[in-house]
Amino acid sequence: MDCDEFVELVTGYLEGTLDPDAERRFVAHLAECDGCDRYLEQMRQTIASLGTLPPESLSGAARDRLLNAFRDWPRAS
Amino acid sequence: MQRLRQRDEAVFALLLDTWSRGMLRAARAYVASDQSAEDVVQDTWLAVVRGIDRFEGRSSLRTWVYRILVNLAKTRGVREGRTVPVGLPDDSPTVDPARFQGPDDRYPGHWRAFPASPESWVLSREVHSLLDRALAGLPERQRIVITLRDVEGYTSEEVCSILEISAANQRVLLHRARAAVRGRLEEYFEEVAP
Repeated sequence: MDCDEFVELVTGYLEGTLDPDAERRFVAHLAECDGCDRYLEQMRQTIASLGTLPPESLSGAARDRLLNAFRDWPRAS
Repeated sequence: MQRLRQRDEAVFALLLDTWSRGMLRAARAYVASDQSAEDVVQDTWLAVVRGIDRFEGRSSLRTWVYRILVNLAKTRGVREGRTVPVGLPDDSPTVDPARFQGPDDRYPGHWRAFPASPESWVLSREVHSLLDRALAGLPERQRIVITLRDVEGYTSEEVCSILEISAANQRVLLHRARAAVRGRLEEYFEEVAP
């Protein structure tokens, strides 16, 4: 496997969706290529860093309005 | 679900607080401003309240809520005439081909220079705003997929179900989005820590 093929299979590998042959070639390439090892690590870091983005939240006014709407909505008979 | 139908306000408040965060980010993939995203999230919850007694439970509650959200956000985005970044075709390389050796080089298809080890990739507030900008620069379909998967942590099954796309399509969009964000991080860290 060449590096330019490897980089396109990273997400498939991380998702566990490569077919057995592609996965075997992917892992074999990874074992012998430091550049692709770093590339995979960069992708992992990218995913991890996205998971640290701080949550956004609704404004207090919007939240109150929605709670009121819920409270006031008539129950189904 | 039953407790929502019985108008259990505590349950509704809990859902509102937990899900709205991700919903705001998700809506932002389609609309032009934070204010529009908040409007869409509010409209979604109102539609949920109105529809709760008709919800049949064929999908999970969260999937159902998110489908409403995505539909409302898309409609609003179109109305706003938002300019959407256009992506490269889905089969074009996600890493600049110039990074690899050409046919006349010694090892065609292999790295010219190795990528840097990401050990020095330290997260900071500046990186968070870079990530926000990187997400904002993605085409809409890539942005919604990476937001749901990597920012909000939903499973691929859930994302396929919310967006009504195939697993293969979801994977292509996710891969292109991740590769683009990776590229932005790489550029940034090469500048701050060469």
